[in-house]
Amino acid sequence: MSEPVHMRPPLARVLGRGSAKSGTEHFWRQRLTAVANIPLTIAAMAILITLLGRNQAAAAQILGSHAVSIIMILFVISITIHMRIGMAVIIEDYVHEESAKLTLLMANTFFTIAVGLTSIYGIFRLAFGL
Amino acid sequence: MAGTSSLERRAAAERPLSPHLQIYRPTLTMMMSIAHRITGFGNYFGTLLLAWWFTAAASPSAYAKFQWFAGSWIGRLILFGYTWSVIHHMLGGVRHLIWDTGRGLGPKEREWLAAANLVGSIAITLVLWIFIMLMTGGSP
Repeated sequence: MSEPVHMRPPLARVLGRGSAKSGTEHFWRQRLTAVANIPLTIAAMAILITLLGRNQAAAAQILGSHAVSIIMILFVISITIHMRIGMAVIIEDYVHEESAKLTLLMANTFFTIAVGLTSIYGIFRLAFGL
Repeated sequence: MAGTSSLERRAAAERPLSPHLQIYRPTLTMMMSIAHRITGFGNYFGTLLLAWWFTAAASPSAYAKFQWFAGSWIGRLILFGYTWSVIHHMLGGVRHLIWDTGRGLGPKEREWLAAANLVGSIAITLVLWIFIMLMTGGSP
């Protein structure tokens, strides 16, 4: 294939295509949240294990305490950002049909925001005793 | 476009394809790469359990339903699998972070890291669940 002949000036061709500085945004955010996920997931797992075998009142008290609810909210925010980027990569790798791809990418954003905010809502209720 | 499409299609069909997964002999590093993606995919949907757990904790009847599920054999199997999946993905992620620094990419190191990822995730999961079973008397 020969190079297409451009009738437009170089500036018009590069404008609107984004800054070169923003190309690694997802790459960097995936690593940033990966690092955050390590201590947050270990803490969240330890907390969830202490809930096992306890009744609802005890579970609500533990999950609603200051330190635990802050850790859990940070954990939920970090993992949902991480999993949204990860699932987008999987979709882009395997779904090539344009409308299906866009639909799944939208569903991915909706799912991660919904599951994240539902979790945070649950923690807020316990933390504020609502 | 329309005039050349059938010609282009025939040319595309006769072009040789690069070999894909089924051509290569499976290796441990390849399997761990796939496992990293599959566990990430699983962890994505596992967050539904977390959302259920957090929202159910506000009401005794909702929490009773969650506890019934978590104590059922299918619930325990899912929680056990989710535990392994999260730990495996976390260790796999540490491996990727090591690679990001440019280390651990040699033939010996990458084989060792892949094996450590698998052995480590299984060992940690088993130790955690033995601890959970002992702590709760077998009924989480």
